[in-house]
Amino acid sequence: MGADFSTRAHDALNNPQLRANFRRAMDGLMTKRAAQFEDQDNWNALRARGAAIKARALARLPDLLEEFEQKASANGIIVHWAETTEDANRMVLEILNSHGAKKVIKGKSMVSEEMHLNAHLEAHGIRAVESDLGEYIIQLAGEAPSHIVMPCIHKNKGEIAQLFTDNIDNQPYTEDVDALTAAARQVLRREFASADAGLSGANFLVAETGSLVLIENEGNGRLSTTLPPLHIAVAGIEKLVEKLDDVAPLLALLPRSATGQAITTYVNMISSPRKPGEKDGPRQVHLVLLDNGRSRVYADEQLRDTLRCIRCGACMNHCPVYSRVGGHTYGSVYPGPIGKILTPQLAGLDCAGDLPHASTLCNACVEVCPVQIPIADILVRLRTEAAEPSASTAVKGAGSGHSAVESAVWKGWQAMYANPAAYKIGTKALSVLGNLIPAAAPLLKQWTSVRTKPKFAGKTLHQLAREKGYDNE
Amino acid sequence: MSSARANILARLRAAPKVPAPERPDWQAQGFNDRLDRFRMMLEAVHGEVHVVTDETWRAHLRKVLAEKNIGRVLAAPHLGVDWDDQVAYDSPVEDFKDQLVSGIDACVTTTRGAIAETGSLVLVPDSDEPRLSSLLPPIHVALLKAEDIADNMAQIMEAQGWAASMPTNLLLISGPSKTADIEQTLAYGVHGPKELIVLVLQ
Repeated sequence: MGADFSTRAHDALNNPQLRANFRRAMDGLMTKRAAQFEDQDNWNALRARGAAIKARALARLPDLLEEFEQKASANGIIVHWAETTEDANRMVLEILNSHGAKKVIKGKSMVSEEMHLNAHLEAHGIRAVESDLGEYIIQLAGEAPSHIVMPCIHKNKGEIAQLFTDNIDNQPYTEDVDALTAAARQVLRREFASADAGLSGANFLVAETGSLVLIENEGNGRLSTTLPPLHIAVAGIEKLVEKLDDVAPLLALLPRSATGQAITTYVNMISSPRKPGEKDGPRQVHLVLLDNGRSRVYADEQLRDTLRCIRCGACMNHCPVYSRVGGHTYGSVYPGPIGKILTPQLAGLDCAGDLPHASTLCNACVEVCPVQIPIADILVRLRTEAAEPSASTAVKGAGSGHSAVESAVWKGWQAMYANPAAYKIGTKALSVLGNLIPAAAPLLKQWTSVRTKPKFAGKTLHQLAREKGYDNE
Repeated sequence: MSSARANILARLRAAPKVPAPERPDWQAQGFNDRLDRFRMMLEAVHGEVHVVTDETWRAHLRKVLAEKNIGRVLAAPHLGVDWDDQVAYDSPVEDFKDQLVSGIDACVTTTRGAIAETGSLVLVPDSDEPRLSSLLPPIHVALLKAEDIADNMAQIMEAQGWAASMPTNLLLISGPSKTADIEQTLAYGVHGPKELIVLVLQ
């Protein structure tokens, strides 16, 4: 990925269709969210509660994971632990193989995207079918999600109509959204009925009761976790909450922040596989708990706040960068502001070091975050870690963005600013000679390639002030 | 596998300890007229609310089903639904799947209660009304006793003691199945029911 963000951003900015699709979607989502939180006092109290619940769960995370495992196991859920995505993929594959499963139907799961699970399963002869309408559409297109809540937000109905005509038997071209939805229902119903297993994520894991809480609007999540004889859930270890009643305030935050809905159509709480006498539900439920760098993030008190995220997507909906370049530009599973802090921490600054710079630090994401993640502070921290690593070992690839030239420039700047005589000479020299430096000079070129080089004033600020009669004070 | 567990827990335990913050106060909303709020919220998401009584609901249901040209109805026999073409979910899903997936036009289920704040029904599927009943048929009719409508989720959770004995599956249902994945245009019935009709027994 490296420095590709700027290249991809350039392409995205010059794609008027993509920009129109995102602009319309982001404006709609921001308006709907704002209508949900008109009472500022209630919003502030609620998000303080939400942030405390997640911070509290993180403070007790190892204990809660053990408590959850014990409760869930007692309920009959089989809990697995995976340190890496490779381990998690292997575990899912083993479970599927032990049941002879050839087709798995999937509810929406960002962790499964993080694992690139579909590709792993396909490589081992198992077909993975996405059933969330947006995920189904991008699976047909062979693309990755561009938004964590609305995966095909970058596509308009003309593009979707064409995809359906090309991929679904006897499907006439139509841009009627009801007709497109009905076509997907028909195709996916058959897939559900013949699937050997269902796969899902989880929004919350409740330590107190050993329950998985999943929220959704379509019903595909319920179908994936109910109709096939086997259910496998994958979830990050940060999904834990302590008590069942912690779920109520988090549910009052998540859908309202995400899509401006008071609640999702379905809240699906799963606490065990099918019990004797029950007539449906999977006979086995497995949960794979994924670390993939989260425990390393956890080791740093500041960076740990990243793990409070409940994946509502409000930060991307309100981001002036995301709303213009779209999700694919980030080149990572998690785009937008949360992706800019999460991806470099999970993958390493050496792999995604450009992402913390894809921000204006305008703070819009921080203002709307329902769990008060200090995204801007963490962005600055990661920029610093890339250039001049701290003692913390929590950041993978720290120092990978170090440049001797940049470092020397800043050291020189620091020295000049600390010494009045050097400052005077330096600014004077720039006011006289600065305009002679060509915009395409080696160090300036990157900056001036997208900006006009500023004109230096003929006199320094100090000179102007003295001429106006101000003394040194 | 167990080493992964040990490694993850060891890394988490080695991290700096921070005190667990207390939960600051936050009160969910209460309502003078819970039914009114419930109706407003459910109708806002395309659900229908019909207020009936213990005596009238069967006749009312019959009328609704007839108006919608419903054929086969899925309902637990003990409900006494007045409809000729009626089946019960009386065998495991493995033997009932074909009919359930495409052969039933509407289902009738009971509810454990409801939440006024968000217009949500609480369902606890059991062997009379298994999990897929409220999901696969295109129309879901839910019976709700008016006195079982709570103000908010925190209240009903506490009052019904959910945490002490979570069932296999506990559901909140707030409207028919929907999606806005195509250009944020709402479409109903993408995977679950296209229509949700709540008969509130007063």
